[in-house]
Amino acid sequence: MVVQVEFLKSVPHFSGLSESELAAIRKYVFEKKAERGELLLFEGEPAEVLYFVAAGAVKIFKTSADGKEQIFHIVRPGESFNDVPVFSGGTSLVSAEAMGAVVLNAIKKSDMAVVLQEYSQVARNVIRVLSQRVQELVMLVEDFSFRRVTSRVAKMLLEYAGDGVGERPRLTQQEMAAMIGTAREMVGRSLKSLEDGGTIRLERNRIIIADQKALREVAGIT
Amino acid sequence: MMEKPVIDRDKCQGCGLCVSVCACGALVIIDNIVTVVDVEECQWCTLCELVCPNGAISCPFEIVIENNQDSA
Repeated sequence: MVVQVEFLKSVPHFSGLSESELAAIRKYVFEKKAERGELLLFEGEPAEVLYFVAAGAVKIFKTSADGKEQIFHIVRPGESFNDVPVFSGGTSLVSAEAMGAVVLNAIKKSDMAVVLQEYSQVARNVIRVLSQRVQELVMLVEDFSFRRVTSRVAKMLLEYAGDGVGERPRLTQQEMAAMIGTAREMVGRSLKSLEDGGTIRLERNRIIIADQKALREVAGIT
Repeated sequence: MMEKPVIDRDKCQGCGLCVSVCACGALVIIDNIVTVVDVEECQWCTLCELVCPNGAISCPFEIVIENNQDSA
């Protein structure tokens, strides 16, 4: 499959361009396919290519020294990744992995520089894309620095825990995130960390509070 | 009976993103709407819920307190 002008039109970087401008830009864009689990970016490697997801989903994450993974973002069709280091001239800040079969459209850093030089509309679009990225990251920084998310997840679990009889409340990670005002990715990470600490166990679609006393301590309830 | 991920047929746009990330093949698109076909295999990884751009698929958790501390 060749790079489609129709797809490029749906990418925020290239919005507002004419058919002929898109056709000219298409010459710089190439296609890349990947299978589930394939790593598309390695943190710390030189960032040479800007990617757009045409089909499938890509996980953007960082791995800590002790092997814990923090998902920052899920990139869906029409969205991009690796923008920041491509434009800043640095190395990739995060790693990226194909969550299933994915089709990417890609453009080399040097070619993107030519496109930016030639089409000021693309430059304006890129400013908007990068500004949105900064907003998302500021929200994530807020979660990391000021809010003790794990503690709030613990409190929420205690509040919503059923005693095994009568009505059993069921919550998705999305609902838990909305309830405590954080990103869904943070809830997943907090549940994992509570499980590592032995206060809860995750069994398929059940969260079992294994050590209520310890969980109350994490939640700050004494 | 094994629980299934819950699908909101009104919200599903049939984009298939959930099917592409499902590692166990439990999801298929039928008549442009995602359907759970093989529940035995679903490990409740919740990736389908994570990637859905429309909030059409959800994997709710039951929260229970383990009741073995009193009986010990």
